[in-house]
Amino acid sequence: MVGTSVPLALIPLLPFAGFLFNGVFGRKVSKSVSGLVACLAVGGAFVVAALNVWSLVQQPVEQRIIEQTVFWWISSGDLQLPLQFRLDPLGALMVLVVSGIGTLIHVYSTAYMHEEADGEYARYFSYLNLFAAFMLVLVLGANFPVMFVGWEGVGLCSYLLIGFWFKKKSASDAGKKAFVVNRIGDFAFLIGMFMAFKEFGTLDFLAIAEKTTLYQPEVTFGLLSVMTLMFFVGATGKSAQIPLYVWLPDAMEGPTPVSALIHAATMVTAGVYMIGRNADLFSLAPQTMLIIATIGALTALMAATIGLVQNDIKRVLAYSTVSQLGYMFLAMGVGAFTGGIFHLYTHAFFKALMFLGSGAVIHALHGEQDMRKMGGLKQHLPITFWTFLMGTIAIAGVPPLAGFFSKDEILWKTFESGHTVLWVVGMITAFLTATYMFRLLYMTFYCEPKWAHSHGHGSHGHGSNVDHAHEAHLHDAPPAMAIPLMILAVGAVLAGLVGVPHALNGSNRIEAFLEPSFHPARAGATMFPGSTHAVPSPQADVAPAAGDHAAQAADTHGEMTVAPAVGGEHGLAPAGHGAEAAHADTATELGLMALSVVVALAGIGLATYFFKSNPQKADQVQQSFAGVHRVLLNKYYVDEFYDAVVVQPIKRTSERLLWKVVDAGVIDGAVNGTGFIVRTGGAIMRLVQTGSVRVYAASVFVGVLVVIGYYLAR
Amino acid sequence: MALLSFSIFLPTLGALLLALIPNRDGSRDGLIRQLALGISLVAFALTLALWAGFDVNGAEFQFVERTMWIDVFNVEYYIGIDGVSLMLIVLTGFLTPISLLASWGSVTKKVKEFSIFMLVLETAMIGVFSALDVFLFYVFWDAVLIPMYFLIGVWGYDRRIYASIKFLLFTMAGSVLMLVAIILLAVLHQQQTGSYSFDLLELYALQIPAGTANLCFLAFALAFSIKVPLFPLHTWLPDAHVEAPTAGSVILAGVMLKMGTYGLMRFAFPLFPEAATAWAPFIATLAVIGIVYGALVAMVQPDMKKLVAYSSVSHLGFVVLGLCALTVNGVQGAAYQMLNHGISTGGLFLIVGMLSDRRHTRLIAEFGGLKSVMPKLVAAFLIITLSSIAMPGLNGFVGEFLILMGSWRSEVLLPRFTVVAASGVILSAVYMLWMFQRVNYGEVTNPKNETLPDLSVREWCVLAPVVALAVVMGVFPNIFLQPMAPAVERMVQRMERRPAITQVIPQAEAPVAGTQAR
Repeated sequence: MVGTSVPLALIPLLPFAGFLFNGVFGRKVSKSVSGLVACLAVGGAFVVAALNVWSLVQQPVEQRIIEQTVFWWISSGDLQLPLQFRLDPLGALMVLVVSGIGTLIHVYSTAYMHEEADGEYARYFSYLNLFAAFMLVLVLGANFPVMFVGWEGVGLCSYLLIGFWFKKKSASDAGKKAFVVNRIGDFAFLIGMFMAFKEFGTLDFLAIAEKTTLYQPEVTFGLLSVMTLMFFVGATGKSAQIPLYVWLPDAMEGPTPVSALIHAATMVTAGVYMIGRNADLFSLAPQTMLIIATIGALTALMAATIGLVQNDIKRVLAYSTVSQLGYMFLAMGVGAFTGGIFHLYTHAFFKALMFLGSGAVIHALHGEQDMRKMGGLKQHLPITFWTFLMGTIAIAGVPPLAGFFSKDEILWKTFESGHTVLWVVGMITAFLTATYMFRLLYMTFYCEPKWAHSHGHGSHGHGSNVDHAHEAHLHDAPPAMAIPLMILAVGAVLAGLVGVPHALNGSNRIEAFLEPSFHPARAGATMFPGSTHAVPSPQADVAPAAGDHAAQAADTHGEMTVAPAVGGEHGLAPAGHGAEAAHADTATELGLMALSVVVALAGIGLATYFFKSNPQKADQVQQSFAGVHRVLLNKYYVDEFYDAVVVQPIKRTSERLLWKVVDAGVIDGAVNGTGFIVRTGGAIMRLVQTGSVRVYAASVFVGVLVVIGYYLAR
Repeated sequence: MALLSFSIFLPTLGALLLALIPNRDGSRDGLIRQLALGISLVAFALTLALWAGFDVNGAEFQFVERTMWIDVFNVEYYIGIDGVSLMLIVLTGFLTPISLLASWGSVTKKVKEFSIFMLVLETAMIGVFSALDVFLFYVFWDAVLIPMYFLIGVWGYDRRIYASIKFLLFTMAGSVLMLVAIILLAVLHQQQTGSYSFDLLELYALQIPAGTANLCFLAFALAFSIKVPLFPLHTWLPDAHVEAPTAGSVILAGVMLKMGTYGLMRFAFPLFPEAATAWAPFIATLAVIGIVYGALVAMVQPDMKKLVAYSSVSHLGFVVLGLCALTVNGVQGAAYQMLNHGISTGGLFLIVGMLSDRRHTRLIAEFGGLKSVMPKLVAAFLIITLSSIAMPGLNGFVGEFLILMGSWRSEVLLPRFTVVAASGVILSAVYMLWMFQRVNYGEVTNPKNETLPDLSVREWCVLAPVVALAVVMGVFPNIFLQPMAPAVERMVQRMERRPAITQVIPQAEAPVAGTQAR
């Protein structure tokens, strides 16, 4: 059956091969070869992914799964971890987004990075390919540790690419910050894995999902709540949520296509994906779910308020990403897994589009990122403008563009599940989103051009274009950049149509497609016949004694498949609604939908009033709320707070107390002190050794007296 | 054929050969270097031959050889290896030629003596990992000290005398107590059976009164803990490392520290299971403190070599934690981490040595922007750094993952041990990446760094195998885990067979009532 398709492992392997090529031979080949190889590598991954997804959807809904065990990775006692890949509908969506948008951004990069030297150009593409490889491992991994390989791997590539212009201190600082903050999340993720293995005896996603059918949702904050919370903390690192979001805005130090691919479309959504992948497990921990929803909503609101006042075009987009990720977590938290993943998918289009568009702007302005020095670019960069406009309308939530359907699905599900407060927060954020995005649009493309003076300004954020010739006319994006923009713009307009809700007489096909992935165990034994797991791996003989393990694994899986499907009732979708209730629901849903359209338009209107029609009014408002403005501009001083409360105390304690006092003073003091005592003791004893017989005789006499005196006194 | 003995003594035979070459004026330095390298490569091949002939499923000691050595006390020349000792022997065989090759540029005085000491050191180290007679083990254990003392004291940096004496005294202080315990065991054996014995396997079976066992365990554990080094017995290490020549640092970190953890695993724990089980939480506490403490102190070091030395304290803390977990995952992870640390820390010392050869300083502040000057060296530096901070896909991750998993599942350790230890994952990223950034990123600020040459062919040959191994051990860890599995399981079973003195500590995360559906 599915065994005849192209091996899944090829999907990450192709970009990995591209990485090796550019990593090893990059300095010896021309730029066009480097770029071509990199694009082909990730494009090839897209093709292989598409072929696999094609054969996946040929299967009946309950059999949509393709697996490949490449070899046995870590074996220690009862801990047996295969390097195993698995494709299901959720994975299919992700893998297409990652490799598809990844390919577009690779193509875009060939033009964007063209001013780099040969070796640097190849280095860039080798990192970008490596990123694609790890991201695909993350998405395809069939168990937690394999996902973790991708999880940390993309973090590494993010580190390398943020710090790509390593000569800039701010860039390498930002890369290091990203890595370390992510490591804090990964620490919790590790603990989550240990808890999961101890509880379930497996780290395989499917096997865990099957075990979850034996549990009831936790009433108290118990083991499963802690476990899922640990995983969520991991997600807050990777997906830039409170309290670990601080690295993402700084990550804008990296080249803009990197921001588009890694810090908007793919890597930062990994946390959302991870929760979707373990939907059954998270559903057992309602307390954690509430935390996730709350953190998501708060992050969405907080980032939107910051985005409102930032002046760096990429930073606005970065905070917008944080905010949109907040929406996704809100969705996951209220159990609207489809909604969250749907928004992940539409967001990938319009946010990648806007980042690439901002890259085109920055490129045209020779590295300028400050919106206060832009303006009036509409006429000069028509392709960039029109595509960017599509993205802006899409994120603002104007129907029928992509962002509308996915965001509305989230807001509706939040409302429907009774989280009214969170819903209100979501609506406010929607209003702010429309405002700050149109503010960005107006400041960049409308108003008076302010860039004429800032031409020779040079290389802010862009490495080596200082000597770029001054040109009277700005150049719009060259074809390699324009075509990805246009494709993404089409996506931003149309991508939402796969999820038109039933309330609008749509078929919401994405929901029907994804839903089985969130409850893989519900279909029970029939869904995963033992034979599916026993698909012989083409390279099984690579690992020594893999045969034994395979047999072992087949046994375990065999046991699992016997487990009856019992969890049918604990789902989150209300199953037994009557027709009337459904009707009322539809009416409410439509009403709320209309409301969110109004909110979006109001936000746009506000932005139009202040930033297009009456820019001076905006300044007045800013001055009358100078305090608020300063707080927002400084991002609530969270970075400063972390530095003062965490970073500096640790550094100071380590240096002044641990090293100089404990290590050098106390411990070594004791050691050297011992030496000193022995030496001085020896020196004192030497005084006694005079060699004079009379002194010896006298001391013997004194000694005798002391002994006698002691006995007498007793 | 006596392949194991041959592996042990071939380096010393080679050293004797070198001793015969007249080289008063240093004119034959080149020949001696090449010969020493050749000999160590043959020795490495022999260790690989051991691996090739090793039955990975065999639970018993293999390549066993025994002959009477000292009749009166029944001391035997009794050697044999299991999977763990095999891997450590291969590691020794691997690192010795690499250290010799790495010294070609930096060791220029007394090349002959240097080479002889390195080869004798190899014999002693392989001997430590092969000895099954406790007395023989002790002899090899102390024999290691002598060449290392000279390597630091003669070929070291400025404060080499202080460092070498500190190293010697620290280690001796522990080993003397261990000798007492060894003799005590032999005497006990004589009282119970009528004859002395230093045979490890027979001593395993000895009935030792609880009080005596406790004292003996402490004596062994102290000796090994100094060697590891366990917090707070670690202060000899930074000094010894900083002052030692590159080869000394590589061998010291790569192999000699493992003698401590190997000793815990082979002797201290299985000889006195009850005492060890009772003390395990205490030792694990020190290990966990060491993980965090070592990392924090490493973070603020201005000297690269000292930074790497303190990071060793942190990494070895992981190894000891894994041992104290007394679970298969933990102990196997510990054994694996011993190999990893040899690769990653060995690699770091090699790289710091190369920088130091070029600039004659190891201060981080003296460098900066090296990536644009020597991209190849920095690429290797990056991979080794990532291996050291346990990036999945490289070797370090496998070890730390198994150790932490093992300690989480341990019945003698509370979950908080794992939680605190896992924070080392964050800290290691902080101190390593910070150092990496300051050395390699940014503009070249110091003119002295502008013209530094990138890797030479010789240096490439030194680093390439290390980097390759870091990748192979991360992607295919089962190649190395599998031969160790029987040995690990045997040790864990041995620890479990005797009931623990301490009651089983209730687990904090026991399933909450009501979560089980049916």
